Amino acid sequence: MTTYAMVIDTKTCIGCGDCVVACKTENKVPDGLNRDWVVEATRGTYPNLTTEFRSERCNHCSNATCVTLCPTGASHHWNDTNIVLVDADKCTGCKACIAACPYDARLVMHPDGYIDKCTFCHHRVDKGLDPACVSSCPTRCMHFGSLDDPHSKVNHLLKTRDHKVLVPETGNDPNVFYLI
Amino acid sequence: MSEELLVTARSNALIDPSLHIWTWEVAMYLFMGGLTAGIMIVAALMTLRNKDQVAPFATSRLALLAPIVLSIGMTTLFLDLEHKLFVYRFYTSFQITSPMSWGAWILIVVYPISVLQILSTVRTGYSSLAAFIDRLAIGRLITDWCERNRKEIAYAVVPFAVALGIYTGILLSAFGARPFWNSGVLGLLFLVSGMSTAAALVVLIARQKSEKELFTALDLVLIFAEIALVALSLISLASGSGQHIEALQSVMGGPYTFEFWILFVAVGLLIPALLEILEMSGISKSLAMLAPVLVLIGGYALRQVVLDAGQESTWTNYSTQFNSELLQRLPETE
Repeated sequence: MTTYAMVIDTKTCIGCGDCVVACKTENKVPDGLNRDWVVEATRGTYPNLTTEFRSERCNHCSNATCVTLCPTGASHHWNDTNIVLVDADKCTGCKACIAACPYDARLVMHPDGYIDKCTFCHHRVDKGLDPACVSSCPTRCMHFGSLDDPHSKVNHLLKTRDHKVLVPETGNDPNVFYLI
Repeated sequence: MSEELLVTARSNALIDPSLHIWTWEVAMYLFMGGLTAGIMIVAALMTLRNKDQVAPFATSRLALLAPIVLSIGMTTLFLDLEHKLFVYRFYTSFQITSPMSWGAWILIVVYPISVLQILSTVRTGYSSLAAFIDRLAIGRLITDWCERNRKEIAYAVVPFAVALGIYTGILLSAFGARPFWNSGVLGLLFLVSGMSTAAALVVLIARQKSEKELFTALDLVLIFAEIALVALSLISLASGSGQHIEALQSVMGGPYTFEFWILFVAVGLLIPALLEILEMSGISKSLAMLAPVLVLIGGYALRQVVLDAGQESTWTNYSTQFNSELLQRLPETE
């Protein structure tokens, strides 16, 4: 199994939201729906405040509860990778996967009704390209690659920088990393 | 201070500002599914314990309600699906790790078993319906067979009906992402509640005094079991991680406190238990029909409050600055 990871540098992210626009454009995400979003986390007491910007999306978990709880097999890991996709032709719109996702990263496609989500732009990954959000980032704070390749940029960053994932306590084994 | 704000618009329908994917349709199914399981279990137990004389309604007439109640529940469940044309996809695969997949297949098995259970007592319970079935040779043959194997069918009904009653609770408790549901006793709670609502239904419909008394007593035992299971689920949440304790707050002073303690615990458990005790001790008979009605209301309230509080419980907390109503003010494009 190939594990693809996204590594996002919170130190250089400025929260511009280009990743969100790039995703909507690339994947033709309908009005009012978003596969990714930016969070501004503020901690501390004035005047000692710290701010962290995080571009968030599906974590393409290695142990994805949305896949294990899907009753029809519509939610699946793509081509023996950790990329989680939904097969619209198998999806009943029961929404179990939405309840199963601790990151609330799934959405109901309207008006069709099947469940949609970030795909890590697997159609681009297939051609050796980065996901749209990564390639459009103006501060170059987003990185994408395989964790199995010891020489990949993402592995290098994770080896040399402090990092975290979001709520690892869920046990989902997420693959979007934040450099801190 | 720790504050997490969404700085780009995220107003995904049914997900923001807090998860609310499942509404009354699913609560109604959880209630009707539990009631069906209860009906089938109670009817089977009466057959197995030879209660034909003491409880004639539960033994030979009650079972007919099972597929009717279940069909109402499955209809509302279907209404909840967002991609309705693809409903058949439940039956093109079996996903061993998904309780919902188990449930879909349990439902398919429960229907024929329920029909066999009905046929095994139809000649005693519904003579005109039996006459209609007997007009067909095949119907007469099957009914003969079912009558001869009444006990064996009752034995077969129990495990499948228990599966139907318990799986909905297991389904919810399997969502690790929703801390409020993470209690191992949720399945048992739903099963016992389903049996209690079925017993209440018998008290409501049965005419014979001995039957009403038997089922009032049975319901009281089930209510006590339910109270114990509710206490266990609360203890299990209270002794969990921070997320579980936070989830528990929703019924301990949070937004679902009234629904949980008044509509479910007081109206659905404590008041009917009290009324049933008064009735059994012969002190008050005037409110005899109120208790079963309250039990049925409580059974629905349990499903609704667990469903609502569970969906809102989460591992992530964002304050959203985005007001989705502003989207309506945008001029129409294309």
